Amino acid sequence: MKLITAVVRPEKFSDVKDALESYGVQGMTVLTVHGYGRQRGHREVYRGAEYTVDLLEKVRIETVVEDGEVQDLVDVIVTSARTGEPGDGKVWVTPVENTVRVSTGELGDVAL
Amino acid sequence: MPTRNRDEVIRVELTAGHVWTVVAAGLVFFMTPGLALFYGGMTRAKGVLNMMMMSFAALGVVGVVWVLWGGSMLAGDPVLGGLTADPFAHFGLHGLMGTEDLLSSDFSVTFAIITVALISGAIADRARFGTWVVFTLVWVTLVYFPLAYMVWGDGLFSEDGALGRIFGEPIDFAGGLAVHINAGIAALVLILLIGARRGFGRDSGQRPHNLPLVMLGSAILWFGWFGFNAGAATTVEQAALIWTNTLVAPAAAMLAWLLTERIRDGHATSLGAASGVVAGLVAITPACANVTPLGAILLSAVAGACSAIAVGLKYRIHLDDSLDVCGVHLVSGIVGTVALGFLAIPSEGRAGVFYGGGWGLLGTQLAATLFVTLYTGVLTLVIGLVLKATMGLRITRRDEVIGVDLTQHAESAYSLKDEATGYFAGQAPARPLPGTAEAPVPAASKGDNQ
Repeated sequence: MKLITAVVRPEKFSDVKDALESYGVQGMTVLTVHGYGRQRGHREVYRGAEYTVDLLEKVRIETVVEDGEVQDLVDVIVTSARTGEPGDGKVWVTPVENTVRVSTGELGDVAL
Repeated sequence: MPTRNRDEVIRVELTAGHVWTVVAAGLVFFMTPGLALFYGGMTRAKGVLNMMMMSFAALGVVGVVWVLWGGSMLAGDPVLGGLTADPFAHFGLHGLMGTEDLLSSDFSVTFAIITVALISGAIADRARFGTWVVFTLVWVTLVYFPLAYMVWGDGLFSEDGALGRIFGEPIDFAGGLAVHINAGIAALVLILLIGARRGFGRDSGQRPHNLPLVMLGSAILWFGWFGFNAGAATTVEQAALIWTNTLVAPAAAMLAWLLTERIRDGHATSLGAASGVVAGLVAITPACANVTPLGAILLSAVAGACSAIAVGLKYRIHLDDSLDVCGVHLVSGIVGTVALGFLAIPSEGRAGVFYGGGWGLLGTQLAATLFVTLYTGVLTLVIGLVLKATMGLRITRRDEVIGVDLTQHAESAYSLKDEATGYFAGQAPARPLPGTAEAPVPAASKGDNQ
């Protein structure tokens, strides 16, 4: 089992979610997060005072999947989240020891 | 309806003029809650309640002071050489009840309230609330009421007053001198005494937290200002001219402010529009009954551009006029007051330079501006120094980091989460005032969104 974590643009989130659902992903956890990478920030001016806002809002998606699905799902996310500009985000994969379905107590792949 | 002897019920017949004064006083009263929104939206999220509370404190304190001795200080005979009127002659509004004069006094108090509230924008996020309450009481008594009496009553700057005889009676129809320059100078003095916010000019958290509130506030101010300016109109022609000028001046100043921003910063902003409206209203205040609509456009466009430029200066001179009370009210107040020296249409034997009145009126306006600057400056400095030495003006550094709302009022403005983020501790037991050394404010128990 692997945990796929993706940080994407908020405006691309619905595309990514639709693409993941079309692929057959059973569930995901979504968080609104702030951060920066190569994109850095934008400029705001209030009564002539300039502020640089460099922690930008992003959407972080987490989903645990079977090993065999990992490569396809990463491709689905990258394709649906891409605009080609800096600020499109990152996707990373981490190994998962085990999972438990809380309602039944089932373990492992069955619990996904 | 049983017929009654009307003389028993209404001794002075209610005329349309009286009705208008009642309505106008209500309009001006509503400006102070509007100002609370205008200022509140401009602060950071952890200071919005304190900012709005400073305006509400002015409503409370000045409302009571007015009944006790403030009304008397505007209505009585001159004492101290015309500096003020006897505060005790009409104590408790005694002697005004049952007369038309009480209605004039009702209208006047709304000006006193907003003048005090205007000052608060300069000291956002860092003032001790208790000290502010005491300041409003002392300042309105020693500075506002005397100055309003000097400018509008039978005081120093009236026709027969000591200064009025030397320099002439200045034109200040609705409060360029008594309200805006007065509040602006007081704000400047308090800024010097209280110091800059932590992180002033560096902390990006100090940008406005809610611009829709600012725009709503400026709209309420504009609406109320029709009463502020036209409330004292005595003829239909005058009321009509004032209404026209109160519409067109903020309109022109807003455009001037937006144009200045577009050229300087690249964008026309909503905060700039809201600020331009207020700058235009400030500038037309002294002049509303004495300039043509074209004169109003010229005067307020200059004021809008001047204030838009002035608000940027505070970062260069490191003077933390947090919400630009000086940049907007002092600068545009001076522009409006002084511009009368050029643009005043002929009336009562006076006219501006452009209408062949010579330089006399300009001299009068400048002298009055200088006098208000000195009077307010010196007295506010004395009041501020005494309060600084006794109660303290400023909250502690730790309290400032936590936020002025939580440490001065034990509240937070926004709790956007529905989940349990603490626990209900039961009815609050009596305890020492929060924010004092004996009772440090507990960790955020009412919200965690700071």
